[in-house]
Amino acid sequence: MTAITKKAENPIAHLSPEDIEEIGKRLDAIRQEVIDSRGESDAAYIRRMIKTQRYLELGSRAVLLGSVFPPAFVAGTIGLSISKILDNMEIGHNILHGQWDWMRDPKIHSSVWEWDNATPSEAWKHSHNQIHHTYTNILGKDNDLGYGIMRVDEGQRWAPAHLGQPLWNFINACFFEYGIAAYDLDLGRHLQMPKERRPESFKKGLSATLQKIRKQATKDYVVHPLLSVPTGSFVSTLAANFIANIVRNLWSHSVIMCGHFPEGVETFEKAAIPDKETRGEWYLRQMLGSANISGSKAMHVMTGNLSHQIEHHLFPDLPSNRYAEVAPKVRALFDEYDLTYCSRPLVPQVYSAWHKVVRLSLPNGWLATTNAKNLPQQLVALYKITTADKRKRRVMLKLLERKAKQEQEYVAAA
Amino acid sequence: MSSSSLSTPFLVRSAQRGRRDGLRRRLRAMADAAVTPLSIDDVLDQFHPLRAGTELRGRIVAVEPETSDAATIVIKPGRDWNGHEPGQYVQVGVDVDGVRLWRCYSLTHGPRPDGHISITVKAIPGGVVSHHLVRKVRAGELVHLQQPAGDFVLPMPIPQQLLLVTAGSGITPVIGMLRNLFSKAVAPTTDITLVHVNQAEPHSIFKDELRAHAAAGRIRLVEHFDDRDGLLDLARLESLVPDIGARTAYACGPSGLLDALEQWYDERGLALSTERFRPALLTEAGEGGSVAFADGTVVEADGATPILDAAEEAGVLMPSGCRMGICMGCVLPMKEGAVRDLRTGETTVAVPGETDPGGVKIQTCISAAAGDCHLDH
Repeated sequence: MTAITKKAENPIAHLSPEDIEEIGKRLDAIRQEVIDSRGESDAAYIRRMIKTQRYLELGSRAVLLGSVFPPAFVAGTIGLSISKILDNMEIGHNILHGQWDWMRDPKIHSSVWEWDNATPSEAWKHSHNQIHHTYTNILGKDNDLGYGIMRVDEGQRWAPAHLGQPLWNFINACFFEYGIAAYDLDLGRHLQMPKERRPESFKKGLSATLQKIRKQATKDYVVHPLLSVPTGSFVSTLAANFIANIVRNLWSHSVIMCGHFPEGVETFEKAAIPDKETRGEWYLRQMLGSANISGSKAMHVMTGNLSHQIEHHLFPDLPSNRYAEVAPKVRALFDEYDLTYCSRPLVPQVYSAWHKVVRLSLPNGWLATTNAKNLPQQLVALYKITTADKRKRRVMLKLLERKAKQEQEYVAAA
Repeated sequence: MSSSSLSTPFLVRSAQRGRRDGLRRRLRAMADAAVTPLSIDDVLDQFHPLRAGTELRGRIVAVEPETSDAATIVIKPGRDWNGHEPGQYVQVGVDVDGVRLWRCYSLTHGPRPDGHISITVKAIPGGVVSHHLVRKVRAGELVHLQQPAGDFVLPMPIPQQLLLVTAGSGITPVIGMLRNLFSKAVAPTTDITLVHVNQAEPHSIFKDELRAHAAAGRIRLVEHFDDRDGLLDLARLESLVPDIGARTAYACGPSGLLDALEQWYDERGLALSTERFRPALLTEAGEGGSVAFADGTVVEADGATPILDAAEEAGVLMPSGCRMGICMGCVLPMKEGAVRDLRTGETTVAVPGETDPGGVKIQTCISAAAGDCHLDH
């Protein structure tokens, strides 16, 4: 991904400031329509969702009490995985956004909700709602891009350590809830500080997170396996819980990667964002910085309606069940102003995101210049780049980039 | 009985209770650990919302129409219902168009043998909750409740002579008192006069029941219909109730009537107990301002809207109660700023360093912003 301002063809160059403000007004109107019509059926939707999730979880855990029997193990593990996904995606994430605060139900409110995830909801609300949703896709400011742990932009200088990033990304996906917890705490930065200089807020957050992790782990890996002991199902229940957590982690990681990482999603430079971004400008950044997943209703529910990532980023506090209804209106606005509405089915979207992870783990231009025939030479070249000293490597990287550019021009000319 | 024979069983009992409590606590801790981040209460609520030990709810047992625009709603309250005295009210929370709204209603029965409670609701013009309760709720639905409250109750022993003045739905606490008195095995000897004011006969709630009491000689009923008799003229009160000075008086109805009655009683140096459904608010508005909360939320509130309403409208979860400045259920500390009492116009100010460091407690339901303020909530 290359920041929008550095691209040869800036996809928003054709918009005048008046256009941008008009887009803002039109989006505000779409938002207001939903707010004016929020009501009983929306409230019934989230209550039904919560009830379904709780019954599914209780049922699955009950079945797992006898998980030594393979059918019980399979059914219970599937049920528990789905219930954890529902809890995190359609219920937790959306309630924590305040999407249901308007109901004034003290049990279903962003200020009190806690979810089945390692990171405490308080920490998540700060890092996700405030930082990510405000600074969406601004390089260096939005850690959701993985900026802290990965190379996400061609502009970042390549280093040999980046070769490991596909593996690193996969491990992060498996243990995503802990990755998020670490990221909510800004763990990396704080651990580099001398102990006595770490701020009080970090210590508090750390202890809250550790307590949350302890409670979560006790439930999944101690209490429920112990409850299964009478049927001899200790190990299988433990395994079922572990699998359900991994499934939930892989799934939520995939959905989140699809939201901002696929090809076609724009990123922004810190310097290019005006100090006082207008409502219209903010909306535009959200429009270009997100990608949707097309699919069935069940898929939308399982992704917590983050399949409507574009709509979610435009209106993070509208009830998630209404995104599907506003999507055509938003899309029409994209078309009218000649902007790209990035939407693909799940598999291509996940592929696209992973392809980018792999591409950026390699030096710029390496993947583009590689084919089955020249693979051995390319691998040798990669080895040389990796083992070269800094100065030599910089020259080699430049040469590789130039070669890729020439090939591209050659193909274009032909 | 020697002191040792008294204390030994007591100690054994308390030790047993201690063990039971300890066991219960451990069981609860384990159940909570199995369902975290929920608590076991959240899970049990899915199956048994009226159980003891959870927040108070009630299930609607019946909705009985009283007049064309009023209905009695019979509710089975949760196990933790404390019981009430006739004349008290209950706060009822219902979801109207998906939004939880709370209102106070007088309880229209004394304690009933079946343990149910009832409220009688008149759909008032523009009344979102009253319309919902009269027209939309059905038996089987859940409502949220608070414990009964209010001091509009008859003294014990019951005075020999009573005057009850009610207007419109002001009859609701009084019918509770009457039903309670007349359901007793031994009929009370109290001499009761009830002046019941309504706009017109068809709007008169409980008129058949009241007339039956009058026919049986249990009360003297003075029915007053504005369309038939003209507006009630308090100058005529003494002719309607000749021994008015000797009667312990209770009145419930709209503010206009209650204000006039209070003045009438004051002038004569007599005592009167009243129950108001809505506070008497000032008509002129103050300046308003922005109200900031501890979590950083900022709500713009005008000078005529209670902070409670403005904050709820903006999605802030607020403690609330009677919504008329009585129960103190909505009180929050104000760290800084000024609010104006919508009933009296009095301004309350909090200045850091000068007023209570914990904040000045304000009733959000009758206070409007009078400039920017900061609430510790």
